[in-house]
Amino acid sequence: MPWTNIQADDSRSPVRFGSGEQPARELSYREAIREALSQALEMDERVFLIGEGIDDPGGVFGTTVGLVEKFGEKRVMDCPVAENGMTGVAIGAAITGMRPVFIHMRADFLPMCMDQIINHAAKWSYMTGGKVKVPLTVRAVIGRGWGSAAQHSQSLQALFAHIPGLKVVMPASPYDAKGLLLGSIAGDGPTVVIEHRWLYDQKEGVPEGPYVIHAGKGTVRCVGTDVTIAATSYMVYEALRAASELKREGISAEVIDLRSVQPMDEGLIIESVKKTGRLIAADTGWKVCGGSAEVAALVAEKAYGCLKAPVKRVCLPAAPTPASAVLERAYYPGFEDIVRAAKEITLMLHKDEGRHAEKRHTIGGI
Amino acid sequence: MRKSGLPADTLKQLYAMMLTIRRFEERIASLYPEQEMKCPVHLCTGQEAISAGVCIHLKKEDYIFSTHRSHGHCIAKGIDLKSLAAELYGKFAGCSRGRGGSMHLADPDHGIPGTSAIVGGCIPLAVGAGLSSAMKGDGRVSAAFFGDGAVDEGAFHESLNFASLKKLPVIFVCENNYYATNSPQCARQPDVSIAERARGYGIPGKRVDGNDVLPVYAAAKDAVRRARSGGGPTLLEFETYRWKAHVGPDSDIESGCRPADVHERWLKKCPLEVFERYLFDRSIVTKDEMDLISARIEREIEEAFEFGKKSTYPDASELTEYVY
Repeated sequence: MPWTNIQADDSRSPVRFGSGEQPARELSYREAIREALSQALEMDERVFLIGEGIDDPGGVFGTTVGLVEKFGEKRVMDCPVAENGMTGVAIGAAITGMRPVFIHMRADFLPMCMDQIINHAAKWSYMTGGKVKVPLTVRAVIGRGWGSAAQHSQSLQALFAHIPGLKVVMPASPYDAKGLLLGSIAGDGPTVVIEHRWLYDQKEGVPEGPYVIHAGKGTVRCVGTDVTIAATSYMVYEALRAASELKREGISAEVIDLRSVQPMDEGLIIESVKKTGRLIAADTGWKVCGGSAEVAALVAEKAYGCLKAPVKRVCLPAAPTPASAVLERAYYPGFEDIVRAAKEITLMLHKDEGRHAEKRHTIGGI
Repeated sequence: MRKSGLPADTLKQLYAMMLTIRRFEERIASLYPEQEMKCPVHLCTGQEAISAGVCIHLKKEDYIFSTHRSHGHCIAKGIDLKSLAAELYGKFAGCSRGRGGSMHLADPDHGIPGTSAIVGGCIPLAVGAGLSSAMKGDGRVSAAFFGDGAVDEGAFHESLNFASLKKLPVIFVCENNYYATNSPQCARQPDVSIAERARGYGIPGKRVDGNDVLPVYAAAKDAVRRARSGGGPTLLEFETYRWKAHVGPDSDIESGCRPADVHERWLKKCPLEVFERYLFDRSIVTKDEMDLISARIEREIEEAFEFGKKSTYPDASELTEYVY
């Protein structure tokens, strides 16, 4: 059986971290990515890595360290700083039988490749009536902090999630980073894998063998009953911290890690909101037309009747990322914002419940 | 035209390819007003010698990558004419199952992985296919067809740079028809020949009369041989002229888009007529043979369009098939 047909981990709730399990072997997020790449290169000669500086000693935040020594420069290929053209080269290789992984140290370089990603990779299967597939994986890293500023920090998942034909995944944990990356390389269509620089040191039990997680399955990181917090990437950790704060105040939050922005695990979100009646969408990107808007719209369309309070969104304000530390602190929302939003809509619930109770009482009194 | 030294069969094959392209597109032009082909068509009438002179050197498994104006390239590469006609009619039996239309033809079994309507978009894809072949060692050659407009694009330069760096088995085929839609080359580029750009990337570049199939054949032969033997890429610039409008079956001379006198001069350089004269003058093909070739082609085209018209549309319930 080809490795690309490995049985997928379709479980929605592995709850691999924060679950109290003591796994046999822990890997950091960066090590999990490196292991996924190494295993893919080992299992499949069609796989190769390409990107500017991927073979340098730093190895893209440590995620490609040692791979050029192991697999050679033909399969771990440094390349010209020509993001659009080189994306086209990767697409050309993909449609003629290879499985390239194009690696960008910053997600901010993706706008350079928009023509090739949007007009070519995303559309090739459809334009050819499904006859020619594009098994291309694009890895890109969101930067944050230390004055990364406007062009080294962008969280652009919404731009890609908007385009039919692309899959967009945002692993938050080491287990997911390995599984989603292998799932993307094994898949037949183009996938954008968006990592977050602040996640590279996260540790978790990661199985040694290869396994795949396909795009489209979210997971519940923390079970709760009062409010659903649907989060992406680094915001999952802020959401978990918020959940533990809220717990102390008697509010039970359910944290969903979306894992995949396109396709989105609609069922998981709807199921949770039906239970909690409240939704906070916490995203690493901007609010306007962002990933959080999609989550909110989904719930408004499919679970409106279950909502006990307005939907809240915790994401970036409509401004480019500033450099100054003071402005950075003001720019990035964190767990406090999620806690505030949760309290606001749960207190509203209490008020509403009071009103409903009063109404029922009045009616009953007639 | 000088003596080619080519076998008569090769010359006849070139002629048949060119004639098929010409007649197929004339058929499009005559049927287009029926408005049953509901997609934009970018005709290459007047440029057929390049498709034939290049593709004759390519094996079935070699790749071509092309543009919105790709009928000629795909026909010369061996696309099934019925599936091509059906695609123009938006039918399920079309080469792209009615999802692509004239601008997005694909026939992977004949080395046509697809065509792009974004200017310059396919050039890096051809380089990627070349990289793929180099990695696999499968000996395939990849040809990128594009117009002079694509030379304005960064993708052109990025592609030449990388293909040269890795010595990839690619041939860059620029059909310089001097116009990007209606913008003349002189309004877009400095007065440096496109072929000369190759020097900056350390690869051979050659400018050739694109309306004379024999020099096209010779130049492409060298380029393909060089690519296949590991010598790396070549840039070929073929000077030619598009007879029809940028899009659609009409001429755009009346609308003032291009000067009439230049147009007239190019019509006199019709690649088919030039080649026909050559074949007659040297008694390579007799009138009877020519008639037979022509009748066979007419019949194939007739059958193709009949098939295209009669075959069924895709089922609307399958709208979102093939997205991934």
